[in-house]
Amino acid sequence: MNATRVSAAAVVVLASIATAVAASEPPAGAASCSGCHPANTGVQSPVPPLAGKNAAEIVAQMQAFRAGQRPATVMGRIAKGFSDAEVQAIAAWYAQQH
Amino acid sequence: MTGQRTNRRMFVTSAAALATSAALLPRPAIAQSAPRVVVVGGGFAGASAARAFRRIDPRIAVTLVEANQTFTACPFSNGVIAGLRDLTAQQFDYDKVAADGIALAITTANAIEPATRMVSLGNGQRLSYDRLVLAPGIDIRWDALPGYTEAAAEQMPHAWKAGAQTLLLRRQLEAMEDGGVVVIAAPANPFRCPPGPYERASLIAHYLKTKKPRSKLIVLDAKDAFSKQRLFQNAWAELYPGLIEWVSLSQGGKVTAVEVASKTLITDFAKHKADVANVIPPQKAARIAEIAGVADRTGWCPIDPVTFESKLQPNIHVLGDATIAGGMPKSAFAANAQAKVCAAAVAELLRGETPAEPKLINTCYSLVAPDYGINVAGVYRPLNGVLTEVEGSGGVSAVDAPRATRALEASFANGWFKTITNEVFG
Repeated sequence: MNATRVSAAAVVVLASIATAVAASEPPAGAASCSGCHPANTGVQSPVPPLAGKNAAEIVAQMQAFRAGQRPATVMGRIAKGFSDAEVQAIAAWYAQQH
Repeated sequence: MTGQRTNRRMFVTSAAALATSAALLPRPAIAQSAPRVVVVGGGFAGASAARAFRRIDPRIAVTLVEANQTFTACPFSNGVIAGLRDLTAQQFDYDKVAADGIALAITTANAIEPATRMVSLGNGQRLSYDRLVLAPGIDIRWDALPGYTEAAAEQMPHAWKAGAQTLLLRRQLEAMEDGGVVVIAAPANPFRCPPGPYERASLIAHYLKTKKPRSKLIVLDAKDAFSKQRLFQNAWAELYPGLIEWVSLSQGGKVTAVEVASKTLITDFAKHKADVANVIPPQKAARIAEIAGVADRTGWCPIDPVTFESKLQPNIHVLGDATIAGGMPKSAFAANAQAKVCAAAVAELLRGETPAEPKLINTCYSLVAPDYGINVAGVYRPLNGVLTEVEGSGGVSAVDAPRATRALEASFANGWFKTITNEVFG
């Protein structure tokens, strides 16, 4: 009885660790973004946070930056360093953050 | 005699065999469930890495070794020199870092033994590690510029490590008479913060124009080109006409010696007597990198571009200004980006996995005036073992951008400082 409860608890703990590990691994390039895009909403910056944003919206903005269709100071030059697949992976990852 | 030598050799051999067999023994289970990472250096690279480890895998036991209770940030410290902000705006403590469950050791790292994976600390403690992250920053090369000693730096500050030196340079500028001559000596590549000397020249010029308009500023450079050069020089012509004179290497700008008593900077062609002299001398990876055996003959640390593991010592990863990071500059942004990639890679290595190829971004803002910002950015990936800028990406701010854009970039620069210091220390 006790042993069952302990192992059930262990399974829950292991599962939550696995989820935590998986959820915290950003795709290539994503870890750099939070140098400028605040992860903490308490930070006062004109640069918008990315966590929880709609993935399709991030992809559309990055494509517009890359194509020069959206005026930019720095994001045009950064967007040109990423492929469509990379942008989609980064966008999907940020959409899941909160 | 012969027998004695044989006995001694046999003893050495069997000791080595013992060590080898000990290394081959399975590691205790505890080491596998709670891997130990030691991070040396609590700047933008080290503190970022320590926090990233805890975020990525809370099972990793992280110790952060840092000599100072308070971190004083270099980015934006040119604003302190120019009287635009207080040094306290540059300073951060490690309370929030410790609150993440990171063990803090406020002391120096004095020795590293790669073979036994041990770090000896200034407080007598010895830490063993599965993986070591060295983020030690830079040291001044006191042997590189004749006359420029640690004592000389008290008269002719470098102010290239933020803190007392920053305030010293500020006080000297404040004490200088109107009409004085400020001389900045800029080093050859590579060095910490490539656009830094030119941002400093800009903001000192801003101070002089505002407070001491008859003064002059000379930059003596050991290079013929510098970061964001056209943007800086256009802005100098626009904002500070006739105030800043840049003397390139080919014009005889390289400072070859200094005379402290007369505050004179000597080149092959001239002697420049300064009222305020800011000597930014040649640099190298901080001394612990040399002690650990991760610095090469250049004084900097070659690394693997995927894991940031040293190319000279196994299980030691090197980050930030101390590294030879291919195209990536020695900047706080790069240090922070590298730290997050390295922590993820080390966590994977500790789990026995193979880290995927990363991509990293750098963005460096410079303020030419409080409301005039410019930047350089780049995206990097490993290519043939070197972090290489992705073709077609990166570059500097538009040369023909209007003043409104420069003002917007200045606000982005301020936002960047708040964001990155919050991520690293807040």
